[in-house]
Amino acid sequence: METLIHNLVAAGTFGTNSSLVAALVIFVLSAVVFLGVAFPFAGIVSWVERRVWARIQSRVGPNRVGPNGFLQWLADGVKHVCKEDIVPDDSDATLFKIAPYLVVLAFVLPWAVMPFSSSLILADLNVGILYMTSVTALTVVGVLMAGWASNDKWSLIGGIRSAAQIVSYEIPAGLSIFPIVLMTGTLSMQGIIKGQGWAPQHWFIFANPFTFIAANILYVSALAEGNRTPFDLPEAESELVAGFATEYSGMRYLFFFMAEWGNLFIIGAIITALFLGGWQFPHVTKNPVLMNVLELITFNVKVLALVFVSMWVRGTLPRVRIDQLMSVCWKYFVPIAFINMIGTAIWVAIWPDGNAFMGYIMLAGAIVVAVIFIQRVIFYLRRSRMEMYFKPTI
Amino acid sequence: MSTLRTEEMTLNMGPQHPSTHGVLRFVVRADGEVMREAIPDVGYLHRSIEKIAEKVGYHGFMPYTDRVDYVCAMFTNQGWGSACERLGHIEVPKRGEYCRVIAAEFNRLASHLLSIGTMGMDIGAMTPFTHAIREREMINDLIEELCGARLTFNYMRIGGVAWDLPPGWREKASAYLDHLEPILDEFNNLLSFNQIYVQRLANIGIITAAEAIDYNLVGPNLRGCGIKWDIRKDIPYSVYPDFDFDIPIGNGQWGTLGDSMDRYMVRVYEMRESVKILRQALAKIPSGPVLAKVPRNFKPPAGECQIRVESARGDMGWYVVSDGTGYPWRVHVRTGSFAAMGIIQKLSRGLMIADLVTLIASLDVIAPEIDR
Repeated sequence: METLIHNLVAAGTFGTNSSLVAALVIFVLSAVVFLGVAFPFAGIVSWVERRVWARIQSRVGPNRVGPNGFLQWLADGVKHVCKEDIVPDDSDATLFKIAPYLVVLAFVLPWAVMPFSSSLILADLNVGILYMTSVTALTVVGVLMAGWASNDKWSLIGGIRSAAQIVSYEIPAGLSIFPIVLMTGTLSMQGIIKGQGWAPQHWFIFANPFTFIAANILYVSALAEGNRTPFDLPEAESELVAGFATEYSGMRYLFFFMAEWGNLFIIGAIITALFLGGWQFPHVTKNPVLMNVLELITFNVKVLALVFVSMWVRGTLPRVRIDQLMSVCWKYFVPIAFINMIGTAIWVAIWPDGNAFMGYIMLAGAIVVAVIFIQRVIFYLRRSRMEMYFKPTI
Repeated sequence: MSTLRTEEMTLNMGPQHPSTHGVLRFVVRADGEVMREAIPDVGYLHRSIEKIAEKVGYHGFMPYTDRVDYVCAMFTNQGWGSACERLGHIEVPKRGEYCRVIAAEFNRLASHLLSIGTMGMDIGAMTPFTHAIREREMINDLIEELCGARLTFNYMRIGGVAWDLPPGWREKASAYLDHLEPILDEFNNLLSFNQIYVQRLANIGIITAAEAIDYNLVGPNLRGCGIKWDIRKDIPYSVYPDFDFDIPIGNGQWGTLGDSMDRYMVRVYEMRESVKILRQALAKIPSGPVLAKVPRNFKPPAGECQIRVESARGDMGWYVVSDGTGYPWRVHVRTGSFAAMGIIQKLSRGLMIADLVTLIASLDVIAPEIDR
């Protein structure tokens, strides 16, 4: 067993063993392990989000099931499994039943190219990032199918909104990935991460001004593709009741939301891998296993920080209107993303190996912004009242 | 090449829609996301409250008035009480009037907080709602101490109020006002000046001053169009002439004059004015009785009267006809929400479906007040 692990670590990726049977066993095992991580992750994120959201709103949040309500997601899962699975009479039953699985598929497939560490990746495809963006776009098929098959006008509007939104935001998201591809010359996730260093000034977000803008556009577009506030129009509960999920109940309903929460991780992972240095960690030890564990922790800390930002945004911002959503995409994001791409191309032509000086300048700017931000937060915390202080355990 | 056949979609928004503030129904004719027209269908919450008055007598009707507008029940209490006093020629003691104004202004604060919170929620921001409700809870606590109820107060009586202010209540109320004033700024920073929020509200549902008068809009909806009309100032009642306060009006600062943002901001500014009134009232309140002597079997002389009070949703008219018996012959309530429903059909033309939700919220309609 130890030699097997050693071989795998040495090979760089899983599944490159010569023996077909061994490879298959490894594939199945790792698939089980990854799904065993992915599904509970979506559940735990739902609990975390409800707690974080509750604190933002001066509430307590779920705190009954398990320590601090940690098992709430499990209780909700059991509840949803036990509920009746209603299929409306006039709906297109087949499509209605398939739709949630497609959405879940779009959430599960990207985990195949998720670069957790230098060795922990299911398949380091040479078109990794392209694969990631294409399979996450499967969501639109599921949502549109759900909206259409429900035979409900609110669902239909939700489904159509989702289609318009995801298809539009794919363009700025895709265009924001290109600058990185231009700089590294590869589409592989591991290749992109290896092009960066562990120190922030070597991250691609600080490589030049264009990548910085690209990172922001990509993050906002990813939020829009993940149907998150302020872009949660497909399920806008104050307008469309529950949007495409109006007619769903039980486990199928849960699938939609599991995919939504799970997508938070994928959004964070894309940004982390492309712009925030991925799993890069200083070489503190020669032990490959320990090194991989450290890289795994680094990657997850970065991703979870971004997941937290998504929750924070959801607790803070109102929802935009559909025409505003579209005009933001087509009038601002798409042209800016194009300029980014051309700008990066010129930058790469001038400094093929990158401009190290620029990294330091941008990092300094980012630190200044962060310090100002933290000062404001402290200012408001001092002004606020005692009962509003954060108490993590209630 | 054949042309693509399209058709209009008829959507039934309500009566169980999450953002129709109770049981309202709109028949929306929509072309995709854009509405051709939204036709309000009122009557889902009709409880014959005006008819009940003819059966339960003058004193007995007071708890029912709470149900006319449960969000600001003090004003309905006050309207009914004042109407009966006008009919029976009863003089309310000065302290009773002050208690009424204090309770009513606290209720206005509570109502506007709820309105602002639901406005945020209808636009998709969940956080301001819980914050607004948190502040409103404290007002409810204060009023609970005053009269024992948190929503349907039944605090006022014909000839005054049921109970005097409890000992130490004035200090608590003043402390709450000190606590609330910075929070109003916080609300503005959190919600009102948020760019997405302004973009959603500005230039949506523009009502011109002439239209507002034509459609008989009242209260913040009318003042949002730039018309300075407030019953408290223009037809003074109770002890309002004793206080120094302003009437905020819409100024079109964020978009066009009379848009949803103006109506929203008028409510925000009105809360400041309410705080001002409350501070003066709490300082000036005289001593004495709070309830005039009114016979248990109250029989006002035959006649009719019309009382207007400035409720949180504007000019609330109470028309009472007495025939000299112990039961009113006819009661009619004229409410602001019903007038506001009338203009929705006109305003909705050409708006998006999402805008209908903000339009309803900006007009601050309360379903039971529409149908009574």
